[in-house]
Amino acid sequence: MAVASPSRRRGLTGFLFFAPFLLVFLVAIVAPLLYALGLSLFRRRLIGGTSFVGLDNYLRAAVDPQFLAGVGRVALFLIFQVPVMLLLALFVALAIDGRRVWWPKLFRLGVFVPYAVPAVVGTLMWGFLYGGQFGLTGQIADAFGVDPPDFFGTTLMLPALANIVTWQFVGYNMLILYAALRAIPQDLYDAAEVDGAGEFRKVWSVKLPALRPALLLATIFSVIGSFQLFTEPKVMQDLAPAVITTSYTPNIYAYELAFNGQLVDYSAAISVLLGLVTIVVAYVVQLTTARRERIL
Amino acid sequence: MTAVESPPAQRVRSTRRPATGGAGRARRPSVVLTAILLGLLAYFLLPLAWLVINSTKSTTGLFESFGLWFASDFHLFANVHDVLTYNDGIYVRWFLNTILYAVVGAGGAALLAALGGYGVAKFDFPGRRLLLAGVLGAVMVPVTALAIPTYLLLSSVQLVDTPFAVIIPSLASPFGLYLMWIYAAAAVPDELLEAARLDGAGELRIFWSVAMRLLAPGFVTVLLFQLVHVWNNYFLPLIVLRNPAWFPLTVGLKQWNSQAYAVGGSQAVFTLVITGSLLAIIPLVAMFLVLQRYWQSGIAMGAVKQ
Repeated sequence: MAVASPSRRRGLTGFLFFAPFLLVFLVAIVAPLLYALGLSLFRRRLIGGTSFVGLDNYLRAAVDPQFLAGVGRVALFLIFQVPVMLLLALFVALAIDGRRVWWPKLFRLGVFVPYAVPAVVGTLMWGFLYGGQFGLTGQIADAFGVDPPDFFGTTLMLPALANIVTWQFVGYNMLILYAALRAIPQDLYDAAEVDGAGEFRKVWSVKLPALRPALLLATIFSVIGSFQLFTEPKVMQDLAPAVITTSYTPNIYAYELAFNGQLVDYSAAISVLLGLVTIVVAYVVQLTTARRERIL
Repeated sequence: MTAVESPPAQRVRSTRRPATGGAGRARRPSVVLTAILLGLLAYFLLPLAWLVINSTKSTTGLFESFGLWFASDFHLFANVHDVLTYNDGIYVRWFLNTILYAVVGAGGAALLAALGGYGVAKFDFPGRRLLLAGVLGAVMVPVTALAIPTYLLLSSVQLVDTPFAVIIPSLASPFGLYLMWIYAAAAVPDELLEAARLDGAGELRIFWSVAMRLLAPGFVTVLLFQLVHVWNNYFLPLIVLRNPAWFPLTVGLKQWNSQAYAVGGSQAVFTLVITGSLLAIIPLVAMFLVLQRYWQSGIAMGAVKQ
């Protein structure tokens, strides 16, 4: 700690180091947040001007079937997509860390590469692969003389989008888990071997418990990402305009309300509400994990 | 936030680990596991292989040849030429815009995070705890939830449709600050700072020539992941930019794609979308391959995702 006499000046120095970040933080994050909260409490009309309506916009959103359908859709998406993605990431991380495969470095890099590809480009590429006309799916189905599956139809669209997101983020999550595995002290493995633990026993009793915090972190970030789903369906809209409606996900709905519906205040309320739902779900995820850890 | 191990300690432990990794004693690699991973690798590389192969085809080749093999004519250079010259070379403009946003936005964000993290980790000032709590709380705020309010704010100060509209929001990275904070706390010893002060060095000088050197791996990690974030961002630039001359690659490519799929759209645009996509992903993929050492050690910090 700082010596007593110059400590006050040193305190000011510390604040000055922090100040540039604080300024940008206030301008880019706090101000829009407060502005959105403020806007959501008003309603603007062409006739009559702007009036304070309290929580009206929120009450309206709470029973808006389009908003609720969007939230339900992304919830369904995350219930299936997040576990599949994290299990794949876990599997690859364990396989590479255990040195039970040839060329671990190649796999680590290859699985991670999609993370560096923009979501727009990833969706464009998968869109070409899914295509029934000149896409790969169509060509393979033709070769077998069967009808190609319709990835752009109502039933398969959500799994098709889930595949794109999974493709993109398995490698990223794998690296987080792999880093946590590398941080396990050798003593734990030694102790497990003294106890005569086999390969599976070590995974179960040493590795998985050590992965808890990293898995929790990855889950929470994935949950946040799922609720914010926008880019992938937005790009897919070109290929399947009838399926990806203007309220397909809550974020697309908020975007449409603000830019095509001129309902800026209602759109702000949707954004705030979506943020709240996300934080509550992320918090619940954290609670369940913590409780389980307490039992063990 | 969950506790994330301090990076230097992690590195020390992982170097102490024998080459056998988590398995303990050396074991023979398993054929079955390797085969499964090869299958997974094929899945992850399939779209990229498709992109590379099809960027070498002409429009006819694209529609008439098998997707995972080359057509008889090699059209790559003609396609690249088309991409770079279509619409008076707008693609080149998008590329330069993207580089501008990524370098200024991500470089600025990493620098602000390093300064702030160092200030919070190594100094005590009134309100420090409260400010930190606020910043860490913001890690949980979904970035896209802020996009539309950001647009409304920017338009009230006439900044919409300018590069600032993309750059200013990119400068704030709460998670970057969090990472630099734990990194600075672990990697910069107080004794070193005190010694530099006794030598009469100013605080800014100490930061640049003493602390920054020790913070470099953390700084590069924050920089890399913020670069990916800015380079790949679509929602924010889509909202805050109207003029195509300011578009980044993501918004531009999406517009070409809409054009190709639109009723009465031109099939020739498909080759532009494919080759343009390939060119757009090369810089980041190359950067990750070249800078492997940095991000693979840096991601141990818990990594950045937004």
